[in-house]
Parts: sequence; C-alpha cells; structure tokens
Amino acid sequence: MLEIKNLHVKLEEEDKEILKGVNLTVEAGKVHAIMGPNGSGKSTLSYVLSGRDGYEVTDGSAELNDKDLLEMEPEERAAAGIFLAFQYPVEIPGVGNMTFLRTAVNAQRKARGEEEMSAADFLKEIRAKAKSLKIDADMLKRPVNVGFSGGEKKRNEILQMAMLEPKMCILDETDSGLDVDAMKLVAEGVNALRDAGRGFLVITHYQRLLDHIKPDVVHIMADGKIVKTGGPELALEVENNGYSDILAEVN
Amino acid sequence: MALPEVKQTATEARLANMVMPDAGCTRAAREDALARVLEMGLPSRRDEYWKYTRPDTLVSPEAPHAALFNADEPMLFDEFDRLKIVFVDGVFSPEHSDDLVLEGVSIDRIEDICCKDIHWAKELYGVLESHGQTPVQRPLAALNTAFAADGVAIHVTGKPSKPISLIYKHRSESSDAMLHHIVRVESGAEVTILENGPAASRFNKCIEIDIADGGVLHHVRAQGRDHERRAATHMFTRLGQDSVYKSFTLTVNGVLTRNEQVVELTGDDAVAHVAGACVGDGDFHHDDTVFVTHDAVNCESRQVFKKVLRNGATGVFQGKILVKEGAQKTDGYQISQSLLLDEDSQFLAKPELEIYADDVICSHGSTSGAIDETALFYLRSRGILTKDATNLLTLAFLAEAVDEIEDAALAEAMVARLEGWLSRHS
Repeated sequence: MLEIKNLHVKLEEEDKEILKGVNLTVEAGKVHAIMGPNGSGKSTLSYVLSGRDGYEVTDGSAELNDKDLLEMEPEERAAAGIFLAFQYPVEIPGVGNMTFLRTAVNAQRKARGEEEMSAADFLKEIRAKAKSLKIDADMLKRPVNVGFSGGEKKRNEILQMAMLEPKMCILDETDSGLDVDAMKLVAEGVNALRDAGRGFLVITHYQRLLDHIKPDVVHIMADGKIVKTGGPELALEVENNGYSDILAEVN
Repeated sequence: MALPEVKQTATEARLANMVMPDAGCTRAAREDALARVLEMGLPSRRDEYWKYTRPDTLVSPEAPHAALFNADEPMLFDEFDRLKIVFVDGVFSPEHSDDLVLEGVSIDRIEDICCKDIHWAKELYGVLESHGQTPVQRPLAALNTAFAADGVAIHVTGKPSKPISLIYKHRSESSDAMLHHIVRVESGAEVTILENGPAASRFNKCIEIDIADGGVLHHVRAQGRDHERRAATHMFTRLGQDSVYKSFTLTVNGVLTRNEQVVELTGDDAVAHVAGACVGDGDFHHDDTVFVTHDAVNCESRQVFKKVLRNGATGVFQGKILVKEGAQKTDGYQISQSLLLDEDSQFLAKPELEIYADDVICSHGSTSGAIDETALFYLRSRGILTKDATNLLTLAFLAEAVDEIEDAALAEAMVARLEGWLSRHS
C-alpha cells in the first residue's frame, strides 16, 4: 500500500537534512508503529507524506498504491487515501465542524468521481460515528477545534478519519496529551477502522498506546533513518530499556 | 475664516448647477445646510478626515460615468416579505414600489412633505445632520440636506409585521443621485429597515434616525453590483433611553464607497451596534468612518468591521468612541480587521478613543493579516481544494461581522452573497 524508498528530506529554509534515507513498506490491513527519540524525524515523515510546505525531498520516493505521492498537492493525496491525524489539531474559528467535515467528505468524493453525499445521509452517518467517540452534538456545531480540550481535539481527528475512510492512516503522536480514559476511547476509534483494506502508521513515543492499538510491525527511527524493525516485542524493549541499548546495538 | 482658494473654487463649481427643491416646511433647514456647506467647503484631499480617501470624484460637478452591471444574479432580499420602496437613479418610482401602507408605520415622500407647512418630519429634517457636524465636519451630508429632492420620512409607531425595504436601482450610466431619509422610531416601537442596490453612478445619501426611549431599529444594508459606482453615505442616529440600534452593511465591489455612521447615545442604557463586512477586488476603495458618542450612563456600543481585500484593493477604517464627562459605566468596543489576500492590497486604520469619564470599559483593536497557512494546510489535508479552503477561511474571517445581524435569515442572505462573490472571484 504505502511504499517509501530511500527518502531524503531537508528543511527548505535551512540546509539541514532531517530524513536520511527512509525505507518503509506498509501493507494493507497492517498496523505499523514508528517509535524513536525526539528529533529523529518521525513527525517530519508524517508531514512529508501529507504534503506540508517547508520540506524539500532531495532523493527517494513515496508511493501509495503505485501512485507517486510526492507529485501531488495535499488535497490530491487526501483524495487518494492519505489521512494524517495531527499531533496538534488546528483551531479554525468561524468554520463549523460539521460544515468542514461535509465539505471535506464531498470534496474527496468529487475528486474521485463519486457522487456527493446527501445532507441527510451525512447527518445520519456523522451522528452515529460521533456517538461511538462520545462526541456530542454541541461539539459538531462548534467551530473546528475551537475551545476543545486536548482529548476532544484528538477524538475529533479520529471522527474525521472515520468519516473520510482513508486507505492509509498516519497518526502523529495521537496519544500525546491524553489521559488513560481518553487514550482508550481514541484507540477504540482507531481499532474500529482496522480492516483488510486499510493501512496504519502509528507514530508514538510510548509503548502505552500500543497496548491499545496492537501493531503488527514496530520500527525504531533514529537520526532520520529506520534503524531497527521487529514485532510488538520491540516496543516493550524500548519501554523497559529506553532507546540507548538499541541505538548502541545498531551503531 | 475664509476657505482656501482651491476649496472655495471646487465648492462653487459643485454648487453652480445645483437647484434647491421647492422646499415648503424644510426650506429653513435646507438654507441653513447650504450656509454650512459654504462655510465648511466641500472635502478636499488636504482635509485630515479625508486623508485616506480621495474625495475628488465625490465633489466634482459631474458624476463620473459608471457602467451598468448585467448579470442574472437575482436582486437581494427577493425572497423576503417586505414593503418595497423603490428609487430609480435617485427618484422614487411608484410603479416599482408597494403602496406605502403598513400597520404600525406611516411613510411619506420627502417631496410631499415639502408641500406642507406642518409635518412631524420638520422637527427632524437636517437636525441630526447639523448636530453631527461637530466636532468633525461632514460637508457632503450638509450638501445632501440642502439639495436632496427625494427620499422618505418613516414614522414608526408600532411593530410593523415586515421590514421596510429601500431599493436603489441604477439605470443611467451618468446618474448623480441624492436621497435624504428620516426615520423616527417612537417609544416601544420596533422596525427593520433594509437597503440594497447600486443606486446611481454617484450616490449621496443621508439618513437621520431618531430612536425614542425603548425604541428598536434594525438596519441591514447591502451595497453591491455595478462596480464603477461611487457613494458617500451618512447615517446620523440619536438614541434615547433603553433604545437599540443595530446596523450592518455588506459592501461588495465599488470603486469608491465612503460610509459614515454618526451615533449618539443620549439616553441611559441604550445599545448601539454598527458592523460591516466588505469584499473588494482590484480598483476597490472602501471607507468606513464611524463616530460614536456616549453621552449617557450605562450604554453599550460595538463597532465590528471586517474587510477582505485583494489585487490592490484598499480598505479604510476611521473609528472613534467619544465618552463624554458623566457617561459612566460605558461599555465601548471597537474592532477593525482586514484579510489581505495578496501583497498589493492595503488596509488603513485609524482607531481612536477619547474618554472623559473614569468608570468605563473601552477597548479597540485593529489587525491586518493574510490567510493562516496552518489552517489552510489542515483543510487541504482533508481533501478540500485550495480555492475552497481559502473561501471557507475568508467567510470565517467575515463571520464576526455578519453575526451582528440578529435575524438568521437575513444573515444567511448576506453569507450567500459573499459566497457568490467568492465563487466568481477565485
């Protein structure tokens, strides 16, 4: 599904290489986790895949189902099936959450040549999905993320993911700032979306999220590269011993 | 003091072909107004109050040519039940208008009042305009009082069941129109007044509004269509105790628009909100000049102005809150913001507070900014096209001003107009 080869990325404004040859393949139906110390390039990878400005790809490729992601605008990537759950969801005063989501759902459908969703169908679907994430009607009416608590913002990201039904979900530190109950709720939302046709890339600092979202594959990222890949036990190893042992081993 | 020669010459040139209407009971007020014009002279570029807006084409003897706008976009407010009063190039049109009959209100044409010796409007015509000439001179309003031949006098004594809708059609490419309306809202009465239409190639309009104790007036105005039009408008509003005045103006296009609002809170516990949203592209110049005077206790005033500018468009805001001695417990708020969609556009703001009471809350703020790139990326990352995402953020920016309209259906009509403009211009 997602195929990243030898990806090199530097910041546009300064001559600093952040990703130094990332190789990663995420298959449909699988959950891959990326762990790694601060500054290893995890968030940069998520931004580059979703098309944020400010990064320059100097080498390598990233494809989603054989389509070159790096050539596409962010909205084209979204329509192709990429979804990034932001580490810091953006507040947008004046734009209602519901209006925003309906515009997004229909924009993607239109881009794919599908029929737009009727207002009634949309309402029915969003109500059901919001309910399972404990998002109340008031949160749907309010401006996007404005006045939402940290937990509400993250649940709102998962609601968007549920409504947009992407092929490839990238979760950038979705557990940060969440208490245990909120994390469980978010994990349940993610797990409900797991299916054979969908891939996940879960970026996290901590193993605890992976207790709730069980990964198939765990990667350790350091200094702009994936330095080690293993099963769920790798996450436990990090939890118990920190990154230093692993980094010493690969160096 | 003698006027500077340039100003003297320009004023005489403008007055040369003006004819004062046969004025009846408004004659004295008109002659006084003409004397004010002669004393003040018409605005020139050197006047401080016209620093950001060139008045040349507003005072020139002939109105500049303005092409008519031919589009199939339906007229605003068409779907609303309202009493229609139509002016074509500044002249009342009985065949386009409804009968001027509505329970709770009486409406007379200024022309008819002029034939009478006694009429309630005599007590108001030119009075608020004259009062509004200090501390800042507004000569174009005095010119209007002196020479406007048409307009309506609206006397609100109850709560009419539907809005009164003033519609200004533009049919001649060289029309130079002046209208003067007066509105008196009696104690406990409540009315909604709508205004829309391009009016004329050049339009000078003045409304004097007197709201008695406990009266309520909602005003929603849309200035749009014919882009080459020019307009200078004045609204003079006096508020009595516990009265409410809420005014919103939408401006779309227009090479030159100067909207002045002069509001005086003279009774305790009165509330005045003036708001405006404007969108301009290219050779668009829009000026909101507002002067709110607090002269009573525990009054609230709000000024909320938002401008979206692109391709070299210019926006101006001159807003003042004056709190007089003794106007304690005043709550005054003023915000003016612009969204500049490119580097060629500019916003010139002059917010002012002048306070002579010690127990007041007054705040003002003014900002200029571009589209928030982080928000734009967030929307695009969800699949929304850049153009649509920009439009969503633009409407969101204008929302605070549009939200000042209490009637949800009217607010929706304004948003629909803005959406239409955005879809045509992006």
